[in-house]
Amino acid sequence: MSSIQEIQNEIISEFEILGDDKESTIFYIMELGANLESFPDSERVEENIIKGCQSKVWLIADDKDGRVHYQADSNTDITKGLISLLIRVLNDRTPKEIIDANLDFINRIGMGGIIGSQRSNGLAAMIKQMKLYALALQTKQNA
Amino acid sequence: MSFPIDKIRQMFPILHQEVHGKPLIYFDNAATTQKPQTVIDSLSGYYLHDNANIHRGAHALADRSTRYFEDSREAVQHFINARESAEIIFTKGTTESINLVAYTFGRKFINEGDEIIISTLEHHSNIVPWQILCEEKGAILKVIPINDAGEILFEEFEKLLSPKTKLVSVVHASNALGTINPVERVIEAAHKAGAKVLLDGAQSTSHLEIDVQKLNCDFLALSAHKLYGPTGLGVLYGKRELLESMPPFQGGGEMIKEVSFEKTTFNDIPFKFEAGTPNIGDVIAFKYALDFIREIGKSKIKEHEDSLLAYANELLLPIKGFIPVGTASNKVSVLSFNINGMHPFDVGVMLDARGIAVRTGHHCTQPLMKRLGLEGTVRASFAVYNSKSEIEQLAEGVARIARIKNK
Repeated sequence: MSSIQEIQNEIISEFEILGDDKESTIFYIMELGANLESFPDSERVEENIIKGCQSKVWLIADDKDGRVHYQADSNTDITKGLISLLIRVLNDRTPKEIIDANLDFINRIGMGGIIGSQRSNGLAAMIKQMKLYALALQTKQNA
Repeated sequence: MSFPIDKIRQMFPILHQEVHGKPLIYFDNAATTQKPQTVIDSLSGYYLHDNANIHRGAHALADRSTRYFEDSREAVQHFINARESAEIIFTKGTTESINLVAYTFGRKFINEGDEIIISTLEHHSNIVPWQILCEEKGAILKVIPINDAGEILFEEFEKLLSPKTKLVSVVHASNALGTINPVERVIEAAHKAGAKVLLDGAQSTSHLEIDVQKLNCDFLALSAHKLYGPTGLGVLYGKRELLESMPPFQGGGEMIKEVSFEKTTFNDIPFKFEAGTPNIGDVIAFKYALDFIREIGKSKIKEHEDSLLAYANELLLPIKGFIPVGTASNKVSVLSFNINGMHPFDVGVMLDARGIAVRTGHHCTQPLMKRLGLEGTVRASFAVYNSKSEIEQLAEGVARIARIKNK
């Protein structure tokens, strides 16, 4: 399994190929969303909605052999694409790796300029929630 | 003579820029319009040459700024054909104008069991102040229903009217859908029932001829920034006898006649409702926005905007997956829509990538969206400086986006 940094570098080069054209970048992000693992309908409930996102985002996490396995969904395609990037970087890693992760790919691909400030806040809320799940699992493991 | 679109566009410096490497196409005019050079020059000119607090100044600058300030009041008076300039009160915007009426007229004249009528089309700013008042007074808020096209059901409105109705507060033109309400009939029927009428003119005043005497509305609220003027400025028009019968809104300087610790007597209208130092620079600049509109002519503007809306409908309606929202027969130049299978926010971001600015979401009309069974819409709203070629760009963008989910 590649390291968090290696995957981040992969993403950065993929976005570099797209260049400065915002429209192709948005289309690419939307396509990424189609790759998300299908989200269980039973989990599409209020408690799993991330606060601070303008679009609806559902996120759940499971303990898979001591690693965090995330599943997420959204009612908007661009947001789905953004979540799929985060999941690609953080999924099935140890809580410590997730908590310590410095997700600099977001700034390095200039995501703020692509998705705007409101969605950037939403993205920050998603990362926070993903890290909180990791922290919860770590606390459980150390108990 | 054809519409001088190139000349008009030259007057708006902000339009001549690129966004994401594409020429800016500004279709968010229902949220706020851009400002002509004359308004911008007036703002900087005021701070460069004239800035002084108005009224009661014994020096030249105060005299000048007072004169310009009151000239603007007269310009607004003529713009809506009020009987006198004292009926024009400057506020922060439509929202504050409506709140002013709720807090003064409402507190004094609306009592327990009285009824206020609004419509399903209202912006939150014409819902919430009345809810607060009704809560406080034990009054009742009634809502005129609409049909699926987004038009109020006039017969239902008539059924809601009763001797208990004290106020009808309705939007002149819907910000979310563009529907123009039959306000002449609404006002006539409300007056027959003995109720006063407030018109929310935030969206209508830039598109339609407004004659408050002919309309016979009791109040009209509007915002300068939707009329090519500065932000943070609005107007409340009210009939003299009503304004005189209402208590002040806020206490402070300017609104008093005489203050002692025992008793204060209040100033005459409009000053009674303008406590504190007003937004002087913006008020003065607003006159230039009104001059801009007057020089082109409202009927010419409306004709141009109607042709843009008709052209947009012609190009967009055939696009597979395009769903128009709000299909009233009488509309201002607002085109609300959705694309089958797509979230409005995503559509907005993708149009932005093409340099096209639109608004997405509930447009501060959540009860309306609920009635229509929608989470929100994409809204393109057209103004005097928009062109047919910009509509073509919009249609091309929408067609490309719609193809993603509607092959």
